[in-house]
Amino acid sequence: MAVLFARPQSLTEVPFRYCPGCHHGLAHRLVAEALDELNLREKAVGIASVGCSVYTNEFFNCDTIQAAHGRAPAVATAVKRARPECFVFTYQGDGDLASIGMAETIHAAARGENISVIFINNACYGMTGGQMAPTTLPGQKTTTSPRGREAAREGNPIDIMKILDALEGPAYLSRVVLTSPGKQAAAKKSILRAFRTQMKGLGFSLVEILSACPSNWRMTPVEALHYVDEVMAKYYPPGEVRVAKEVLEG
Amino acid sequence: MKDQVELVSGNRAVARGAIDAGCRMYFGYPITPQTEIPEYMSTVLPEMNGVFLQAESELAAINMVYGAAGTGRRVMTTSSSPGISLMMEGLSYLANAELPCVIVNVMRGGPGLGNISPAQGDYFQAVKGGGHGDYRTPVLAPWSVQESYDLTRTAFDLADRWRNPVFILLDGLLGTMMEPLRAREPVPERPAPSWAAAGIFARAANDQAPRSIYTLHMPEGSLTEVNRRLQAKYKEIAREEVSYDEHFTGDAEVLVVAYGSVARSALQAVRVARQQGRKVGLFRPVSLWPFPEEALRTLSEKVQRILVAEMSSGQMLEDVRLAAAPSCRIDFLGAMGGELIYPETILRCLQEE
Repeated sequence: MAVLFARPQSLTEVPFRYCPGCHHGLAHRLVAEALDELNLREKAVGIASVGCSVYTNEFFNCDTIQAAHGRAPAVATAVKRARPECFVFTYQGDGDLASIGMAETIHAAARGENISVIFINNACYGMTGGQMAPTTLPGQKTTTSPRGREAAREGNPIDIMKILDALEGPAYLSRVVLTSPGKQAAAKKSILRAFRTQMKGLGFSLVEILSACPSNWRMTPVEALHYVDEVMAKYYPPGEVRVAKEVLEG
Repeated sequence: MKDQVELVSGNRAVARGAIDAGCRMYFGYPITPQTEIPEYMSTVLPEMNGVFLQAESELAAINMVYGAAGTGRRVMTTSSSPGISLMMEGLSYLANAELPCVIVNVMRGGPGLGNISPAQGDYFQAVKGGGHGDYRTPVLAPWSVQESYDLTRTAFDLADRWRNPVFILLDGLLGTMMEPLRAREPVPERPAPSWAAAGIFARAANDQAPRSIYTLHMPEGSLTEVNRRLQAKYKEIAREEVSYDEHFTGDAEVLVVAYGSVARSALQAVRVARQQGRKVGLFRPVSLWPFPEEALRTLSEKVQRILVAEMSSGQMLEDVRLAAAPSCRIDFLGAMGGELIYPETILRCLQEE
């Protein structure tokens, strides 16, 4: 009997502990499938970050190094420069990447470090119970913006694609969603392109995945899914923002 | 190369010591009075197929050290007081993850932005731990350009031997003054240790399980166990890695205790005092952690008075008080905010019974 669907080699057998409807599980799977398809598992060093992502070192079946909050791009920079033959990726949330880690994110991208960043954007701080993040949308209620985010009071959100697209360093930047099988397939293509960017030595790659956080959005998983498509994706449009032409070649 | 003597600064000696110890990775950031180190590394390392990167901040630099160390490379960073403060988070992580590396603080006046003059105000930060949690790092304090080179080389071996970050404390005077340096035969970088996380493919066929370098220990009791293991290690380090230096202590009735560049002034003062017929000696801790408690205790039982000289408000002073016999009189000569301690000042203190 043919096996049509199995756990990717690049995932361990540890059961995920993410919330029902959380997109971390899907994202992990797509990243792992990409690692498998490109035969990267054995040379991979994944940099786990802080947030719900702190557990990724238990779920990815490759070497991992758990970085301090926000510091993953700096850790990844050093790992790749120390061991250039390794495949180095980070897995970070929006608080980690765009708040405390903003300097590390921008500078690794500006330097064009040959690493791949998987950026899970759920517009809040998930692990700690749903506080406001730099990517929290205008009007969005969180536990530290209880009246709904207002520019005058809480400031404006940050669009990481726009910030990184202002730099020369990045070779591949894209934003995806996981709200349907078709969109998941497209997301995986994007992740594969990001990983190929590193394999070809073309420089910094980042895939932003707009993700549902039903628990902290106080929504059902289905409502959260719709929120990603109907609200988040309107503010943060999915698409490939930058593709170095060599990424598309052979 | 051997028998060649060069006139270099303490900063340069630190950099040379690292390179001669086989360190090929350096992450740093400009800050007075140690900028000469990253500048030198930026010239030399690429020529040796090494990696030099000026990080976006000291915060980034120490996290780069964490990454490189995690993959089993020898790696160093250097900074000065305000920058070292930024590295304290990283240091706590390095200590938990038990990653070898060398961190050098060329101390300047503080607190705050302070000034760029020499100081010894970061003793607490280095020895008692500036980062959070129950951790320790060996702390070495050279007092000459030659010793800056030698102790840097030693630091890398210590770091590997104990799987621990190792701190080296210089001050702005030591970092910028120039003295003869006799470098020793350099060694190549040692291979990656067995615990390194550098990809499954880097390991033998029977060692293919993925491994993780991490510092979060949530399962009940697990963090307690990590701490117990760390404390056991620190106990062993305390037994084995004490180092100190003594001058004229054999029949001393008064003991000056000082480290780093202040010990140079102290030695001069002690020499003059001896010429004046005073029985004075110098005790110079070289390892600030582990502090040479036993040796100091023994001496304190024989002398009538200890004079601690430090460019601070009295930080090593507390460890001297802890170590010394309760009956021993302890006086303190301090200097703060970048003020230096001259031999004459110490001598005057010795002359005032």
